[in-house]
Amino acid sequence: MATDSLAVQLTGIEKRFPGVIANHDVNLNVRAGTIHAIVGENGAGKSTLMKTLYGMHQPEAGTISVFGEHKVFRSPSDAIDAGIGMVHQHFMLADNFTVLENIILGYEPIKGGRVQYDQARLKLQDIMAQSGTHVDLDAPVSDLGVGQRQRVEILKVLFRGARILILDEPTAVLVPQEVDELFSNLHRLVADGATIIFISHKLDEVLTVSDDITVIRDGTTVAEVKPDGVTRSKLAELMVGSELPSPHGRASEVGSAVRLSVTGITVAGLGEKHALEDVTFEIHEGEVLGIAGVEGNGQFELCETIIGLTKPIEGSIVMNGDNITHASPHHRLMSGLSYIPFDRHREGLLLDAPLWENTLLGRDGDPQFLKGPFINAAAAKADSREVIERFDVRTPSELVPAYALSGGNQQKLLVGRELSSHPNVLIAAHPTRGVDIGAQAAIWEKLRAARDAGLAVLLISADLEEVIGLSDRILVMFDGHINAHLTPAEATPELLGTYMTGGVQEVAS
Amino acid sequence: MSEPIATEPNAPSAEGTSANAVSKLVSLFTGRSQQSALVTLASSLAAVAIALVLAGILLWATGKSPFDAYSKMLDAGLTNDKLLETTQRATPLIVAAVAVAIGFKMNLFNIGVEGQYLMGVFWAAVVGAYIHLPSVLHIGLIFLVAMAAGALWAAVPAILKVKKGVNEVIATIMLNTITLSIIDWAFQEQFRYEIPGQLDVKTKVLPTTAWLPDLVKNRLSSFIIVALVVVLAFWLIVYKSKFGFRLRASGANAVAARTAGISSNSMIVTSMVMSGAIAGLAGMTYLLSTSHAYGPTRPEGYGFNGIAVALLGRNHPAGIIVAGLLWGFLDSVAGPLQIADIPQSIVLVIKAIILLTVVIVNEVVGRRVAKRTADRTAAQLTLPVVAA
Repeated sequence: MATDSLAVQLTGIEKRFPGVIANHDVNLNVRAGTIHAIVGENGAGKSTLMKTLYGMHQPEAGTISVFGEHKVFRSPSDAIDAGIGMVHQHFMLADNFTVLENIILGYEPIKGGRVQYDQARLKLQDIMAQSGTHVDLDAPVSDLGVGQRQRVEILKVLFRGARILILDEPTAVLVPQEVDELFSNLHRLVADGATIIFISHKLDEVLTVSDDITVIRDGTTVAEVKPDGVTRSKLAELMVGSELPSPHGRASEVGSAVRLSVTGITVAGLGEKHALEDVTFEIHEGEVLGIAGVEGNGQFELCETIIGLTKPIEGSIVMNGDNITHASPHHRLMSGLSYIPFDRHREGLLLDAPLWENTLLGRDGDPQFLKGPFINAAAAKADSREVIERFDVRTPSELVPAYALSGGNQQKLLVGRELSSHPNVLIAAHPTRGVDIGAQAAIWEKLRAARDAGLAVLLISADLEEVIGLSDRILVMFDGHINAHLTPAEATPELLGTYMTGGVQEVAS
Repeated sequence: MSEPIATEPNAPSAEGTSANAVSKLVSLFTGRSQQSALVTLASSLAAVAIALVLAGILLWATGKSPFDAYSKMLDAGLTNDKLLETTQRATPLIVAAVAVAIGFKMNLFNIGVEGQYLMGVFWAAVVGAYIHLPSVLHIGLIFLVAMAAGALWAAVPAILKVKKGVNEVIATIMLNTITLSIIDWAFQEQFRYEIPGQLDVKTKVLPTTAWLPDLVKNRLSSFIIVALVVVLAFWLIVYKSKFGFRLRASGANAVAARTAGISSNSMIVTSMVMSGAIAGLAGMTYLLSTSHAYGPTRPEGYGFNGIAVALLGRNHPAGIIVAGLLWGFLDSVAGPLQIADIPQSIVLVIKAIILLTVVIVNEVVGRRVAKRTADRTAAQLTLPVVAA
């Protein structure tokens, strides 16, 4: 294997979108037969760069060489022809097709107008044997878990003859065990002569798996380092220009009063299976209860049930001593419940509306924002300015529409709105998902301060570092029920990962 | 009424939140409304101008001079008589457009205004003829009956939507047809009032206490004042009140509104009922000022033209008044054009092209403005220019 020859060389790449320069002066050298990580914060320009390499758009300046040959990619099919394949962060699979059908879709071997399934099957079995992956080719994709779907995506790319694989945040959706499996597959592929470009912002993984690391900051490549020549904190510094924030630490004590008590909640699912099965927990004053779990294991239904948007078929919810099992969402919100929803665009914001209407949403029952039956716009705007100020939302004013803000600032606004109604129970679902590190630190800080002031928090997150760091107690949700109780001291990502994939906790007491 | 535009540049719109195709269509009509008053005005005027040019080409292609036609329209339309007629014709359209706009603000497409105002006219005519009250009370009661009839009729699709998920577009279209059958049956079988020796078939004529006075005799009904009050109330309720905020929030993002404790089902029912109640008033010029009874000369098309006026007026109070007057003007010059040997159907063509261009121009301008706002916000923050 020629380690010194370059599989991909990008020189002086510049990509502009109207009003923004997404990439400028980007230089990237990927040695053949290596795993090359590209790290950077959300919004640093990693995905833009990879789209350039995959031919999804054309750069304004700069050159692309593949195995020493100068290339111009007009479309992804040009890139595929050059042996480049991309495994997207969001899988692009047809659920009701089998694995085999999905893999050959768009690249079917055809003879005499007929699809040569057997030929494809043989070729795939070959590929699977070589790369050490295994997926049941005849299983419908709808039956597969996330990790297996990702393997299908990788096989799809290999089937098209890719020798250079781009993986866009491949571990974002995986539990730790699946990550390990993915990495061993990647090593097999590399040993077999493939080259892998691995995009991530998870530094531990990057340091474990890669041979070379290129750091992108503010749209340009700022450093190229070797994993053994750099520490985690040094890498973080390169990425953001400062130390990584940490969710750890608390100065206050958990109070004794029970703020929220959920008892035996069962919620009907789409089929015969219940979406939630006998879920029970309590949250005290000044306590953060973390719920870890792979998305789609009942967390959403749990939130909707506590908010009152979904009616449980069994069980009860008591908040501050009031049984609210049958209360309207409005009543619950008015009696001190707040909710940072899963998806800020779908459930949290009025994107076309100005920020001050967004900070008013859900709080319009507060007499300070009313003048008789009318909205007191001046008061609502003043309050909005205060939220913007206190939560450091970067915006020219409270009058701009919400869509004009970056994701991190939208999220800060949302967190600010929810905390400004002075709740005593807060449900925080993925409070820092998709925000940059600066906003993440700010949001953690605000949540901690609110908790210290007595707020009871139900924290739902896929970010295990966040769950372990912020929580006072951790529950793991799997398949609609709670299958483990842990303290943050005993919780490790690996242990959580075991429970998140259905591992059964041994009862100690 | 120009002030409201300036104070409300950032109202949320229904854009981008709806999943199914019909709702997408609705959001296409309701458009984005976060842009400034000036941009809104300019884009609407541009749409009208483009429509006039296109209609001109059409006229030219059929061998008529567009300049001739347009100057005839202006000559005929800008006389005192015709301006009064413009206002008179605009009145029901403005009321109907407000009814439609209430729905649009909640992301509901109430195509049923057509049926709702006919229900209003018919039942108000029936009830009004059999009661005797002092004039103000009599007229007030007739308004209430008309509003109740429209509201009840609009509640049907609302309840179907809330309980059974039936799309309101489909339900209201079908109810329009059903309306005609019900009214025809009730009229023919129950409430036809035969006056011996007269061939006129009508419901019983209203007592004179129920007649609305004219502002200008036989030219302009005082109902225009009621219409303006309706527009003002619309502005206050939808744009300024807490209820209106919730309504617009539900329309802009039903899921987020629900999450914020606003029951979208109750908003759907309330806004449809309000829409129907206002729709019920659209036919009152005809009933109380012109005909004083329900008969085969009943008005037609207020509902559909109301949709057009709401659309052209961007669901905004001031916009609706201006658009209503434009529609009234076009209707009032159709006759004189005919006399000048220019087919009056050109008026219909102009209206149709205006609608299409408005939808297209709204969409194009809306996207541009959204993009520019985002860019400008980023620029104002002087953040590093980096995209994801």
